[in-house]
Amino acid sequence: MNNVQNKKRANKSLPFFFKDEFKVFFVIIFFSTILLISTFTFDKVPPILNRGIQPATFPKGLLVLIMFLTTIIYYLSFKNPWKKEKKLPKPFFLTILSFILFVVISKTLDFFLAISVLSIFVSYNWGERRVFYLLLVGIIFPLVVFIFFEMILGLRFPPGIITNLYYY
Amino acid sequence: MMAPLFSSKLLIVLLFGTLFGLILGVLPGLGPTTGGALILPFTMTLDPLSAIVLLTSIYCAGTYGGAITAVLINTPGTPAAAATCLDGYPLAQKGEAGRALGMATVSSTVGGIFSVIVLVFFAPVLAKLAYEFGQPEYFALAIFGLTMLASIGEGSPIKNLIAGAFGILISTIGKDFMTSIDRFTYGINELSVGIGFIPVVVGLFAISEMLTQSTLLDQVFKRVALKAVKLPSLDDYKKTWKTILRSSGIGSFIGVLPAEGGTVASLIGYSEAKRFSKEPEEFGKGSIEGIAGAEAANNAATGGAMVPTLALGIPGSATTAVILTGLIIHGVRPGPDLFREQPDFLYGIFGAMLIANVLFFIFGFFGAKLFARITLVPNKILWPMIFAVSVCGTYSLSQSIIDVWIMLFFGVLGFFMRRFGFSVVPVIIGLILGELVEGTLRQSLVIFDGNWLMFLTRPIALTFFILSLIALAFPLLRTKKQKD
Repeated sequence: MNNVQNKKRANKSLPFFFKDEFKVFFVIIFFSTILLISTFTFDKVPPILNRGIQPATFPKGLLVLIMFLTTIIYYLSFKNPWKKEKKLPKPFFLTILSFILFVVISKTLDFFLAISVLSIFVSYNWGERRVFYLLLVGIIFPLVVFIFFEMILGLRFPPGIITNLYYY
Repeated sequence: MMAPLFSSKLLIVLLFGTLFGLILGVLPGLGPTTGGALILPFTMTLDPLSAIVLLTSIYCAGTYGGAITAVLINTPGTPAAAATCLDGYPLAQKGEAGRALGMATVSSTVGGIFSVIVLVFFAPVLAKLAYEFGQPEYFALAIFGLTMLASIGEGSPIKNLIAGAFGILISTIGKDFMTSIDRFTYGINELSVGIGFIPVVVGLFAISEMLTQSTLLDQVFKRVALKAVKLPSLDDYKKTWKTILRSSGIGSFIGVLPAEGGTVASLIGYSEAKRFSKEPEEFGKGSIEGIAGAEAANNAATGGAMVPTLALGIPGSATTAVILTGLIIHGVRPGPDLFREQPDFLYGIFGAMLIANVLFFIFGFFGAKLFARITLVPNKILWPMIFAVSVCGTYSLSQSIIDVWIMLFFGVLGFFMRRFGFSVVPVIIGLILGELVEGTLRQSLVIFDGNWLMFLTRPIALTFFILSLIALAFPLLRTKKQKD
């Protein structure tokens, strides 16, 4: 009982900007404001060609609606706080890191190398230690996918250090 | 109705779609929506009818497939099978897994076939009504669709509305379709054509699910062994036939409403089965009626959800949003003209859904044991493979690496949206309906000479606006009733 009360007190004492409700509210309002400001830079249609409303009006309306609704959910969260989410585990962050690696490798080295690296990286960090399965997800399967897309669907993949070996 | 399907190519597509749908349904986290999104880029190599037949057969079989995992490992393969867990797993624990799956298979098939009949008769009627619709009516209808989705769909209605508005906002990126003025492009050429459906759909469903799975690696499934699927006994049929028919009706009706189709339908089907049952105390402990109620309803929602999708171009569920995307990328515009100009195409879809329901009955009955083994494929092997397919599929559409990055961005965004209680389904539906909403609004304002109040002079539009208000008020009334 004491423990529960202590936890509740701990949550209550948490500064508002550490709470999920505020973080979500802040992120939505922040990006909506930036987007809303950018709508003022859209070109305007001369009145003679204008049909109905200006092109910026509709997105402006949507952004205002999003900001208004976000304020409501933030206000409602004072009465009904959101369920506290569990901390994200390490594999989640490693998976995000693998996405970043994918973007970097696909941009600088090779698209298929990026897929292979991500597949092995994710599989390993999710607990796979058997070499055969790592090779299966990292080399054999991407190769099958490559053959399927290249030969059956006739797709041309972006050039790269490995893909060029096939194309040239 | 079946004539267009009697080609070997379409039958192969149908067989493949049903098998693939079953596999997707069985795998927790995948399901027909994510699977449909994954296969969407591949459908570009098919003709429009084959593509839609493939997607609809995945939809029907995938919805049923969720029941196999629900019964055997107490984890719904699809959200629509969540109610099936409540009685399916307890019955399986009593050593009656075969009976539970048999009832799920029979009731899913009956529900599915019932809903196709509803689709065949109801969709043309709705399409005829849509002839009366002008731009203001279509605008009001799209708003009604979004508010219904927000109201009945999973989670907080306000969060759903934000997600829907965000989806519409995404649709405004690129050149304005009426004036060709750039919006939110920031000088990036690739953005001037707008953001494609597929990177967003694959990102929000497949990649965000991959991230979700990365947080669930310590989850352990307790699997119940399955010897063989048994057809329900005569006593079981006597006990459940009314429930199956009632849930089929409920599922078809819920499916027609623009909401999250099968998930809502199965919960209502289940609770109604309990309300009408002579043994309500058995629910949650392995009631055969509970399984029948949930499964007939979620499969009946498939045909129901296709009604507004085909007749009005307003998706009735998350998977039909993917099917609608498929129709659009193949240049097929759903609506009344489709019924007048391409009846063969439509009857092909109706027939395909009917056959898919029969096929998953056969596959489910004889192959459930085999499909259940698919759950043994570990996530650490499965998801990297799904990633490879997602990336190549997304890239294949316009051979642009930017699309792949957009997919990854929406994957991460989708994960955080789900984490904080925002459903991703309204984003997709908003994105699909975005052009319709904005286009019809602007054209209506041209007709009305900029006078917004003129919307209220159109009876059909006014009716939809009133229904939208009711839909928005519904969750408030429900909360108040629960408090009382």
